[in-house]
Order: sequence, then C-alpha cells, then structure tokens
Amino acid sequence: MFKNRLKFFQGVKAGLPVALGYIPIAVAFGLLSKSLDIPVYISVLMSLLIYAGASQFIGVNLLVLGASFGEIVITTFLLNLRHFLMTATLSQRLDGEVSKKWRSLLSFGVTDETFAVSVLQKEEELSKYFILGINTVAFVSWNVGTWLGLFFAASLPEVIKVSMGIALYAMFIGLLIPHIKKSKPVVVVSLLAMVINSLMYWASMLWGFSNGWGIIIATIASAAVGASFYSEGKEQV
Amino acid sequence: MNLTYLVLAMAVVTYIPRMLPLVLLQNVCLPRYIKSFMGFIPYAALGALIFPGALHSTGAGNFESAIAGCIVSILLAWWEMNLIFVVVGGIAGAFIVNILLKI
Repeated sequence: MFKNRLKFFQGVKAGLPVALGYIPIAVAFGLLSKSLDIPVYISVLMSLLIYAGASQFIGVNLLVLGASFGEIVITTFLLNLRHFLMTATLSQRLDGEVSKKWRSLLSFGVTDETFAVSVLQKEEELSKYFILGINTVAFVSWNVGTWLGLFFAASLPEVIKVSMGIALYAMFIGLLIPHIKKSKPVVVVSLLAMVINSLMYWASMLWGFSNGWGIIIATIASAAVGASFYSEGKEQV
Repeated sequence: MNLTYLVLAMAVVTYIPRMLPLVLLQNVCLPRYIKSFMGFIPYAALGALIFPGALHSTGAGNFESAIAGCIVSILLAWWEMNLIFVVVGGIAGAFIVNILLKI
C-alpha cells in the first residue's frame, strides 16, 4: 500500500513538466473556444472527455468553419491514430499481470507527452501506479488550464501567452536530447523523423493537402529504418 | 448539430486508439524486429513532434522567439538539467526575444 502510494507520487513528480507545459496550451484552448462562441459547457466537456489537445483545437476550428459531424469525427480519429503506436509500445512495458481494467484506465491518460515521459524511464517494467501518477497530474492541469482560459485569461499580456506556446516543444527537446547524447541510433532515427515530417509538412503547404498523416508516417518510417539498421534494438538505444 | 453528441463521438474515436493496443497486447510476445521497432518509436515520435512544429509554436511568423526558446532548451537539456528547468528556460528564452522584438 505504502509502496503504491510512493510510486504514484513519483509519477506525479515525473509528470510535473507535462503539467506545466499543458497549462498555457489549455489556457489557449479555453481562450480560443470562448472567442469562437463555443458554449462553455462544451469546452469543459471536451477537456474532460476527449482530453487531446490537437483534436480539441481542430474540433472547435472545424466547428466554426461549418464542417459536418462526420468530418469532425473522422479528422479527430485520423489525428489520434498515432496513439495506436504509442499505446502498443507502452503495452510492452507493463507487467502482463496488470488487468484489463487497469489498462483501460491508464490508456485514457496516454498523450504524446505522458507517453514520452513514461517510456523514457530507465526501468524496463513500469509500475501502473507510476503511470497513473503521471497521467493524473497531466489531466488535472489540462482541465484547470481550460477553465483558466475560459474564465480568467483574457487579461493575460499577449507576450506571455505567445511565449508560453513553446512549453511543450521545450519539454520534447528536454526528453530527447539526453538520449541523443548517448546513442547514435537515436540521433539517426530522430533526425530522420524530423526530415520526413518536414518534407511532408512543406509539401502539404505547397500543394494544399492536409498533413494529418505526417507525424504518423514519419514516426513509422524512421523507427522502421532504425530497427532495420540497428537490429540489436533496445539495448543499443 | 447536437454538440454534446459531437463531443461524445470525438471522445470515443480518441479513446479507441489509446485503449485497444494496451488491452489487446496484454501478454503478447512480439517478434524481435517489432520490439526493436517499438524501442525506436519514442525517439522517432519526438523527432517528428518537435520539427517543424516548434518553429510555429510562438505564433505564425514569429520564428525568432521560437528558435531562441529551442536553443535555450537544447543547451539546458544538453547539460542534463531537470526537465522543469528545460521548459521554464525555453519559455524564458522565447519571452526575452519577444520583449526585445516588441511583438
């Protein structure tokens, strides 16, 4: 019991950078949806039930552009396909004893950010309480940030709001760099993912198609290249 | 359009890709290549998430502050500072350049 609580709070601690990074993004979401005249209860429900930044932003944007119900739901689904990869990866780091109920609960809290913090822990096998701790602190901050954006943030100076936009990227950099220092395969794979994603991003700008698949394709392709050339896998990573 | 139903439908299609692999891959032993592939997924995903998205993170056309924030974060991360400081430092770097350029 005591050990579980300890693991939970270790998770909360590991999740603090995620929570910090979520506040400005969630505030921005609250502000945006308010400025677009989305009913307040809908924005609150979105952060509680959908709990996915990119989906929520695109959802309210599409809504205002007059997109249909089906279009919005399909776009949301495509946007979240990358989580298939992440939760499949995460599943390999959980003890097989962890029940399906626990897995269903933990999976709700998987985001790009909580995933990255979870799987980059040194332990081969992750405690469910630890992951729950990360997910809880991130979820609470996302929802608190949404309320702040809906009710208080309009008065925040523009320069602070804008600068805080970098928070999550700074966190991704903070997670990736220490591994880049230690392993050449990681350098190759992550740089390759950047190159592929940029090519698709700029191609989509040029020819005007949506880049919903960019991150997924870049992730799969570069991880596959990594696995082919550095077949030893995790030990080398 | 009923907005509550829309939120519920979006919640379902967001939850499914999160939940299915975690529940279905319980006790599944994957081949070596796939394990190695999955070992690289976090680094590949981080690379794709960072670039080029970070360039636009401080507002459209405001590359200078985004690049400044990234450089500060990279340095702090290189010196293996705590993640919180990497995040705060990145925000501070972007903030200072934004103040200097008087957006």
